Formats: sequence, structure tokens, C-alpha cells
Amino acid sequence: MLTFLCRRLMISGVLLFLISIVSFFIITLTPGSPYPWGELNPKITPQVKEAFRKKFHLDRPLIEQYWLNMRDLFSGSLKSIKDDRPVLQRIGERLPATVSLNVLAIFLSLSFGLLLGVYAAKNAGKLPDVLTSILAFVFIALPGFWISNLIVIGLVKFTNAPLLGTQTYGINFPDGLTLWLDRFWHIALPAMVLSIGGVAAQSRFIRASMIETLREDYIRTALAKGLAQETVFYKHALRNSVRPLITGIGGLLPGLIGGSIIIETIFAYPGLGRLGYEAVLERDYPTLVALNFIVAALVLLGNLISDVLYAVVDPRVRLE
Amino acid sequence: MVTDFQSPPTQPQAAIFSSPGRRVWQRFRHDKVGIAAAAIVALFFVIALVTGLCAWWGIYFPYDPNATDLALKLKPPSLAHWLGTDNLGRDVFSRMLNGSYISLTVGFIAVAVSLFIGVTIGAISGYLGGWADNVIMRVVDAILCFPTFFLILTAVALLGPNIINIIVVIGLVSWTGTARLVRAEFLTLRESEYVRAARTLGQRSLLIIFRHILPNAAAPIIVTAVLGIPEAILTEASLSFLGFGVQPPQATWGNIITDGKTYLLDAWWLIVFPGLAIFAAALSFYLAGDALRQASETRSEKK
Amino acid sequence: MTTPNLLEVRKLSIRFRTDGGFADAVNNVSFSLKEGASLAIVGESGSGKSVTALSLTRLLPEPPAEIVHGDIVFRGEQVLEMDLERLRAIRGGGIAYIFQEPSSSLNPVYSIRSQIAEAIRLHRPEVKDVDSEIVQCLAAVGILKPEQRMRDYPHQLSGGMQQRAMIAMALSCRPALLVADEPTTALDVTIQAQILNELKRVRTQFGMALILITHNIAIIGGLCDQLAVMFRGEIVEYGDTGSVLQNPQHPYTKALISCVPRLGSKEKRLKTIEYDWLQEA
Repeated sequence: MLTFLCRRLMISGVLLFLISIVSFFIITLTPGSPYPWGELNPKITPQVKEAFRKKFHLDRPLIEQYWLNMRDLFSGSLKSIKDDRPVLQRIGERLPATVSLNVLAIFLSLSFGLLLGVYAAKNAGKLPDVLTSILAFVFIALPGFWISNLIVIGLVKFTNAPLLGTQTYGINFPDGLTLWLDRFWHIALPAMVLSIGGVAAQSRFIRASMIETLREDYIRTALAKGLAQETVFYKHALRNSVRPLITGIGGLLPGLIGGSIIIETIFAYPGLGRLGYEAVLERDYPTLVALNFIVAALVLLGNLISDVLYAVVDPRVRLE
Repeated sequence: MVTDFQSPPTQPQAAIFSSPGRRVWQRFRHDKVGIAAAAIVALFFVIALVTGLCAWWGIYFPYDPNATDLALKLKPPSLAHWLGTDNLGRDVFSRMLNGSYISLTVGFIAVAVSLFIGVTIGAISGYLGGWADNVIMRVVDAILCFPTFFLILTAVALLGPNIINIIVVIGLVSWTGTARLVRAEFLTLRESEYVRAARTLGQRSLLIIFRHILPNAAAPIIVTAVLGIPEAILTEASLSFLGFGVQPPQATWGNIITDGKTYLLDAWWLIVFPGLAIFAAALSFYLAGDALRQASETRSEKK
Repeated sequence: MTTPNLLEVRKLSIRFRTDGGFADAVNNVSFSLKEGASLAIVGESGSGKSVTALSLTRLLPEPPAEIVHGDIVFRGEQVLEMDLERLRAIRGGGIAYIFQEPSSSLNPVYSIRSQIAEAIRLHRPEVKDVDSEIVQCLAAVGILKPEQRMRDYPHQLSGGMQQRAMIAMALSCRPALLVADEPTTALDVTIQAQILNELKRVRTQFGMALILITHNIAIIGGLCDQLAVMFRGEIVEYGDTGSVLQNPQHPYTKALISCVPRLGSKEKRLKTIEYDWLQEA
């Protein structure tokens, strides 16, 4: 177990290094400048420009810039071009909101995906199966920005319910419980919209996995023992089918965080996605570099967690 | 009923002596959902082709998509303007027709780009194996850790949002799935008897790859390609929505929604119809692609 | 003729639905078995022997399989008319199976103990100490240190051990009939002999009837009193093992027997079956 963790951490380190290089060069090699003012603004003297370039190491060669960026990132002194605050602090403020949103979305994707997938597999080849599979593709094909806009505007127009941000502002909550309920209400809708694609993908996955498992020899053995169909289905087949699902959990994160950009923007939800979008608009290079790095680290962490979970479910896997 | 688990739908079995393409078609034919989806895909394709060509010659239907008329602004759907007009009095239906070829062009060409990169890299990785394979796969792992959409957004925003950049960036970012698939196919096919036979006969690697391996890996590659198209369409629409798609005045399905969302409380048609178009196009591609996958899969025959 | 038959199969026909129509798998097959008797069904792959075996407790997926006509009578009861509830009692409890591929026939995520316990709880609810019963069953099939082995997961056992565990699982239900569907095909030759010996031993020890399905006519000697040869879905020869082997009537049986290599024979080539010739015969 320990050796497994060590090896995985080492591989993750190498991957993170690759990732940092890729993201740094994608961001810095593209044309355009990161000045917070217009390129041709006459009021900015060359001296000011020079000072700015010096401050953000833009006068150095690229390799050195990369090194300085990484050094500053790890020492926490990497500052945002936009508001001069440490990048890590900006990200830290937004991280909990995004993590809770994504964890909830993963939970929703897995649980509803599992329900739909198992239902489809039980009725394989029959009408309910065809309908759920069409439903899954409907979910995948729904443009997230479109459906969330419709939901937001529809709810605002017809119910006037508060749903933007992480909680309702301007009112005093009588007690903690109401505050948490209010927060839950604010996170529930974006998480649901965010998980739509995941539900669909997971249900397809589970269905395929389930149908394949049902063809296994040990299913026949279980039936030959005289076990009830339900027992065979839910005990013998299901547990074998969810194994691949678990390894997929880590892989869900990149898509979800990508989706968060749009969902967070529409629901005015202060998470990393919106921070990233703002950083793109402002060409805030340090924030972009740091954000890519931290999100990738999150994804790697997710992968590691799902691998450990996998070993828990499957006795054949020993973490070495 | 005394039966146990229903076995999955039996695939229509075609004659044994027919080419793979024919076999796939004979199975596909029986899939009603797939046929309907493919028909809608074809319809979108024809619309995009016709309106794209007409736009090239300066012919627009039913109105000029960029002709503004403030007297007509924000009119609901009517006989004259089937899908209403936007805040500048432009005809939404004309704009959607005009935008259709953007979506499909991005979908097709971005997938072509990603297919080219993915197949090449996957083939190299799978055919060479060893440390080359290892290095390439670690790079793929690294890329898979990026939130793809964020990467695309960043690159397009920094490079400048125009159709070529969008296509290239989507293509450059989304090849990893194809590469993994092709690699896996190559790893198995490389060890197959007929490839060994070809190698024993002294055939050159390139010939082996193109004559013996690629054709046998074609079905799953084509399926991923078809399923990649709606993804690219959705990505382009999302980029458009965030303001980094193809820039106005050129209409795209995404930017009609962006322009319209300010007026949504009064003019629902500005957001509902273009969204439906994106949705319908993506859905029909997905369903057609999935039907194709089912038709091309030879079920593992067990004893 | 005084004791009623344990199992009687009469004119059983099974076909599979394909899109091109129907494929006949089993055609008018009849055989019977007394309590404690043993029968070998021999035939090549595709001859319908496994389909016949699985149909005894209706384990074939229906559709695509379809029982066209025939009777299966087990202990005087019509299997084909049973509801699922009754059928489940027969499966395992009356007729137990062991299959060809032990490595894939055991569920990888459950321990041997939990898989056997499942069977015991289902068919012998009166057993109080399930664990000691499992230990007994494992010991009966020659597994050493059964207390430890039963905590293992299937992947921790060798192929021969897995097949022993499968037999133990079958025994644990105290069935009247054990159906062994190619039980040794996936195993090494030395292990094959051991497994066949175990089968022989437990059969007498537990007084079970046995149906042994195999394509290998060489392994049935000494294990089965009766022999049925299946060819293209039909039983072409049926009788006492000794007399069939000594005096085969059907050309296919003769061909099968002549294919078994003999020690000390002077032939240069091993015989194969000439199907063209059989067709005409």
C-alpha cells in the first residue's frame, strides 16, 4: 500500500511537471500581451511598461520565466496581474465553492447514472432500455449554457426565487440551519445542471458494463445454484459492474471543471471556473498558470482516490 | 415467465459472405432510431451546405441575416418572420440558417484535425511500443488532466477567436481519446497472426500499418469520429456563448443566444430556437453515431 | 425396472432463434438416469451436449434459446412446467452443476466461503454451523487446510483448486444429480486425472447421480456406467459404456473411438474424423 502510494505520487509529480510546462507555454507563447491597460494607451510611459514587465518577469527569457513562475507559485508570492493579490489566495478563496459544487455533481452523476444504467440493463433490448438510452443522449446533447439560462430565467421570471451566488444576500438568517438550507438550495441547481452530462455518460457506462457482466460464467454459476434473479443481479452482477465505474471517478473531474466555467458564470457562483473565465478575459497570466496547475493537481488527486477505492472493491487488486 | 436474464438484443445477422461495410449497413438499416437520426444529420448537412454556398454567392434566404431594421426589433414569431426578430430587427430564422454551416464546419473539420493527430500518435505509440509508447502515453495522461474546455477557452481567447483558431484548438485538444483507442487497437492487432504473417513476408512497416492494421481498426475509429462531431459543435456553441466563438456580425447558433439572453424575459424565441437547433444537431449526431457503433460491434461470441 | 428414474428426458428439441430463422441445437434427444447412476454424454463442440445439460434446469437464456418440444422429468416432476420458484429449488438443490472454466465460473469479488455459504443457506436452511459444513465440503474434494482456503478469493487459488471449490459448492447443496460440463477441459492433464478421481470418489461418498459432458471419450472409462454419443444435435448411440466402446454401431462413434491414441500402437498418424464420409454414412 505504502509503496503503491509512493510510486503513484512520483508518477503524479512527473505528470504535474509536464502539465505545468504545457500550460505555461500555451499561455505565454500565444500572441497578445497581458497588460492590464490597452497596448496603445498613450498615457502609459515606456518606464511604467518596463516596470510592469520587470515585476512580472516578462523581460526574462521564457525558460527563466517558467522557473520564476513556478518558484513564486510554490512560495506563494506569485501575484495576480489584475489586483496584485497573491494568486494562491485568490484561488484559495474560490476553491471550497468549486470543490463542493463538483463533489455534489459527481455524487449526482454516479447515483443517478447508476440507477438509470441498472434499470436499462435489467430491461436490455426492451422498450425501457431504448428509452433510457435515448434519454441519456438527450442529456449529453443538451447544451449546458442553454439549459441553465432557461432555468435561471424561467425561475426568476415565474417564481422570483433567489438562486444566484452561494447564498441569499441582504437578509439575516434566524439560525444556522436556515443558512445551510439556503446554501444548499443555491448549490443544488448548478450541481444538477452540471451533472446532467455525467448522469448520461455514467448510465451508458453502467449499462454496458452490466450487460457484459451478465454474460460471465459466474453469473451462470450463481443461477445454477438456485439464487433468485434479483440476488444474482444486485449481488453478483452489480458489484462486478461498478468496479470500472470507480476508476472513472477521477476522470470525471476535468470535464466537470470545464463545465463549471459556464455554469458558474450563469449562476454567478463564485468558484474556480468563474475565476478562470475572468482571468482569461483579463489575460491574467499568473492566475491562469496557477489555476491550470492546481486543477490538474486536483484531478490527479481524484485519480489516486479512485484507484484506492478500486482496490477496496476488487480483492484481486493489490496496491503494490 | 421462467426465463432468466434476457439476452441483449440479437443483432441482425447478415450474410456471411459480405464486406464489413455491407454488414454494418445491413444491421444499421434495422435500427429505426439510428436511421431517423442519420436522416436528420443529413438534413442539417444539406441545409448547411446550401446556405453556406448561397452565402458565398451573396444570396440569402429568407432575409439577409445581417440586415437590421429597428422598426422590426424583438418581434415574436410570425408568418413574415418565422422565428421572430432580434434586438436589431434581424430575422432569427435567416441568422440560424446562416449560422448552421459554422457549427457543422467546426464539427467536421475539428474532428478531422483531431482524428489525424490521434490516429498518427496512437499508431506510432501502439506500433512501436516500448519506451516511445510509454513517453507518449504519459503525455496523453498529462493532457487528460486538463479541464479540456478551460484549455480550449484559454487558447482561443489568447490566440483570437476566429473560426480557424477554434477548429485548430478543438482539434489539438481533443485527440487524446482517439489516440488511446488507436493505440489499444494497434497493440492487439500488432500481435495478430495476419500481421505476423505480413511481417514474415518482409512487408514494410508502413504497408503493414495501412494495409493490415488500420482497416481492421477502422470501425471504432469511425465511431469515435462521428461521436466527436457533436462534441465539437457543443464546444463551439459554448465558446460562442462566452463570447469567444466566431465573432459577430457572423451569426452562429451560440452567439444568437448570447445576444438574446439580455432580452430573454421579453423575447424567449431568441434563446429557445437556436438552442433547440444546437440540441437537435448534437442529439442526432450522437444517436446516429451510437447506432453505428452498435451496428459495427461484432458481439464477442461465447461458446 | 422397479425403481422410477431420477431423471428422464424424452424427445427434447431445442433451437436458437437467429435473424436468419432458427438453428436447431438439439433434436429429439431422449435418455434416462436412475438414482446414483452415471451417464457420459460425448460429442464434439456444437453437438448440443452442453445445451442439453443446461436445459435440464432451464439455464439457457430464453430467448434466443427455445425448447420446441419434449419432456424433462426430474423426480417425477415436469421441469418444463415448473414456475421459477420451483425451478430455483431444483437448481443446486436437485441438480448441481460444475462448469468448464473454473477461473471464470467463480465470482471474483466474493470469497469461496461466501459463495458456498450462499448455496447452503438457500438449499439447506437447517444447517446451523455453515462454516463447519463448508470446511467439510472442501475437505471432501481434497482441499488441504480448508479453514484457511475458504477465506481465499478465487484468484488466489490454482485452476485445479478452483475446480475443486466448484465441486465443493455443488456438493454443499446435497444434490441428487451432479452435471459436470467439461469439468477438466480447461485443466492440465495431471490435474484432469485428479479432478476425475475426486468426482468418482465424491459420487460414491455422497451417492449422487452424475452426468459427465465431455468431448474426450478417453476420460469416461471407469467413471460412467452409461454412454450417449451426440452428433449434430442428436444422440446417435446410447447404451452401457462397456458395450458401446467395445462394439460401436454408429460410424461417428467408431470414428471417435479410433481417434483416441493408444499406447504401443504402430500407426504413424493420429486419426481424424472424415466428415464427408460420415455425411454419406
